[in-house]
This record gives sequence, structure tokens and C-alpha cells, in this order.
Amino acid sequence: MSKVAIVGYGLTKFSKDDFKIESVLINATKNLFDSTSNLNQKDIDAVLVSTNNNSKYLSAILSEMMGIQPKIAHSVESLCNSGTNSIVAAYSYIVSGLAELVLISGAEKYDSPGQILEWDKLRGQFKHPIFWASIFSKSYKRKYSITDEDIALVSVKNHKQSKNNPNAFSQISVSVNDVLNSKKLTDDLRLLDCSRPCTGGASILLASENIYKKFTDDPIWITGIGQKTTSASFTKNLAFHTMESTKQAALSAFQMSKQNPNNIDVVEVHDAFSVCEPMALDSIGFTKLGEGMKMVKEVYLTENSKINPRGGLIGSGHPLGATGIAQTIEITQQLQSKAGKRQVDNANVGLIHNMSAAATSSTVLVLEN
Amino acid sequence: MNFESELKKGNFLISECIHCKIIVWPPSEFCNQCLNENSWRKCSRKGKIIEFSKQKETYFCVAEFEKSIKIMGEIVSGEPKIAGQIYIVDCGIVNENYFLKMRVLE
Ligand SMILES: [Zn+2]
Repeated sequence: MSKVAIVGYGLTKFSKDDFKIESVLINATKNLFDSTSNLNQKDIDAVLVSTNNNSKYLSAILSEMMGIQPKIAHSVESLCNSGTNSIVAAYSYIVSGLAELVLISGAEKYDSPGQILEWDKLRGQFKHPIFWASIFSKSYKRKYSITDEDIALVSVKNHKQSKNNPNAFSQISVSVNDVLNSKKLTDDLRLLDCSRPCTGGASILLASENIYKKFTDDPIWITGIGQKTTSASFTKNLAFHTMESTKQAALSAFQMSKQNPNNIDVVEVHDAFSVCEPMALDSIGFTKLGEGMKMVKEVYLTENSKINPRGGLIGSGHPLGATGIAQTIEITQQLQSKAGKRQVDNANVGLIHNMSAAATSSTVLVLEN
Repeated sequence: MNFESELKKGNFLISECIHCKIIVWPPSEFCNQCLNENSWRKCSRKGKIIEFSKQKETYFCVAEFEKSIKIMGEIVSGEPKIAGQIYIVDCGIVNENYFLKMRVLE
């Protein structure tokens, strides 16, 4: 199978700004062009846009505004893992030979319609994500004898790490007490346990092995892809203390890349809510089930930022369609040793975990330098 | 759909495939295994609490019925316990959302 490299990227700052979705896509892509050498619009075979925004024909609009006339242009939507779904689509276009170079841009606005899955009537009146997050949190705490204080550490760590990320939504430090004393949304969830919807964009450029050299001396290879969708309804999850779709996606990604959890030097996990971080670490297989919090504590106490170095979704903010791409850019920069103050030592193999709708769908990517 | 028109009247139905002998959930006109038409029947109003939490004074839970289907709703009386029995006292549709009110069975 031919190989696919990440050869360029661009981000916008994540904020509460009320920019037009088209402007966010264009700004992230302009930053990609500015930072990628030898990139000519004529080289781009496909333009994919990932977003939950209601605006239409965004890939054609982005192409026109950037002076690109691609062969393939369309949007990709899958709620919160739209971003990695678009990366997987781009990968497939390249491996199939339909494209040599694919531009992907993900963007969202702070008031995205992707925050609530209206279709899922089985949630009753409890449709807002804070309710599934409360059920996950309660279940995880009960099953593994974990406290609110324990879980609050995820938010403390990710807020701390986002202070080294100039594009992050949050630039503040918080303590365990700040988290516990923040607004109580339910008995099992505080405001500072939540990632915040925001406005932001992330663009990334994928190339075949025939042409990657034109754009970079530092290609990062996508060596593993795993995806699994178990359902759409939250209540169809088999259990609420583990992520079945993540387990299966991780197995596939490890199998394809011939890597295993012990080889992963740096990881971005989908901490939509603080409990999701230890749950994802368990489900990916970094720890035994129920020991994800131990791993979080250990890295925090040793000042190791290998889990969510850019601050995760909690610190960086969560512009849904951009999130999976921003996570992938972070791992790319880490493997290129270009992550600045966030740099993790000896990062050669990295992993991205991006999921949707209460873990009913997951993507896991493995990247290598 | 049968399910919603009956739910509006306060009846909680489930769709069942007589060929596959399974309850199809979420409620659907067709079986998601054999794709034949489902039949409808009243669901037992007695269920079990799988998980719960609380917002202000309101307990909400994931409840399981007929040892098979799960749905979220509100607990209007009693103190919930994991695996505790509950009973549907009211159900319907408000603002296009389903609602389920349950009481804890002592
Ligand atoms: Zn059937």
C-alpha cells in the first residue's frame, strides 16, 4: 500500500469570536499556505471541509477563495469526529490513486448545531451532552472507586498545558478546588470538567509518497487508522464506564501500524469532559481498565505532558469540526520536534483519539516520523 | 410512526420483530436485522435503573425495560439505587422531546 504523509498545517486561534464559518476556513488555510514551502494551488487534487455548520458547499467556496480548482471537493460531517473522518477520507483518496495532494480544513463556530444530536430521542429531555457526561462520570467513579477530586486533576492538567498553546481558548491555571467549586451542572459534573464550544479552524495537507518531498523535509506518516461506530443513540452503549467504539478503533489502528500502546510517546485523547480522558486511556489500552486516572496522576506529578500536550479539548476549546485536525496537527508538531514549549522528549510515535456523540463513534490514528 | 402517536397518548410501546424474535430499539417500522415490518406492543412499565445522576432537585437516569431496551428519563419520586426497580408513571412528548417520568418501587 502506498504511504501518506502530513506535509503542512495551519491553525487559527480558538475563541468566542463571531466570525463567519467561511472566514475561519480561509484563515486556517491561509496559515497553511504561508507555512508550507513550494505549495501551489495547482498541486491540490482534493479539498475536504469538516464541519457541523449549516452553511452549504463550503469546500467549493474555500477552493474558490484560495484559487484552487480541485478534482474532488466536498464536506464531511460526523459530529465531534468530523475532523479525523475527513483525514481518513483524504488518506483513502491518496491510497486509491484518485489524488496525490489533499487539503483538509475543519472549522466550527461557538454556536455550532453539532452540539446537540436532535435525532437521539432516547435521551428524553436530557439531550444536552452534560447529561451523558454525568452518566459516564457517575458510572466510572462508581465502578472504579474514583472521586470527583481525582477526576478534577484532568482539568487542572489540561488547563496548565494549554497555557503553552498560543491558539488555545483557555490561558488560565485552575486548581483542584477551582474545578470542584466551579458551577455545578449536575451532581457529577462541574463547569470546569467541560470542554467549551468555540470558534476555530484547523487545516492540514496530506501528500502521497510520490510528491511529499516537494513540500517538506520532515514528513509525518499516517501509519495506523482505526474507526468504529457502534450506534448513534447514547443509551445503546453497552456500558457507561468504558468506550467500546474506542477499544475497537484502537485495536484496528495498532494492528495496521504494527505498534502497541507501549510504543506511543505522545497522545491526544478526546477529553470532551474530564472523565473522558481516563476512560479513553483505559479503552485504548494504555492501562488496565479503571487505571486511566493513575496514569493521568503519574504524568501530572512528573510534569510529563505526553497526554494532551496542547491542553486537550478542555484547555484548547472544542470547535467540533476542527478538533480532530487540531489534535492531528499537535501530534505532527510533536513528532517533528516543533512543538516549542509543549515539546515531549523523544517523540517518534504518536496517537490521536477523536470521538463523537458519547463515544458511539471513534477514530484512532497512529502517526510516525 | 405508531410509537410517537401512542406516546403522545401516554402509551409506551416497543417495536418487535416476530421473525427474529427481538425487540428493535430505537422504535422503528422495520427490523434492523431482517428488514421485515415490526409489530408493536405495550412495553412493561416496570424497569430497572442502570445509572443515574441529579441536576438541582431532579434525578435523571438511564432505565432498562424488558431486560433489553434503555432510555433516559426523570425520577419523580423515591431515592434511586443502581439496579433498583422503577415504574413509569407518565410518558409523552413535549417540545418534540420524549419524556418519561418514573417512580422508584420500594
Ligand atoms: Zn427481524
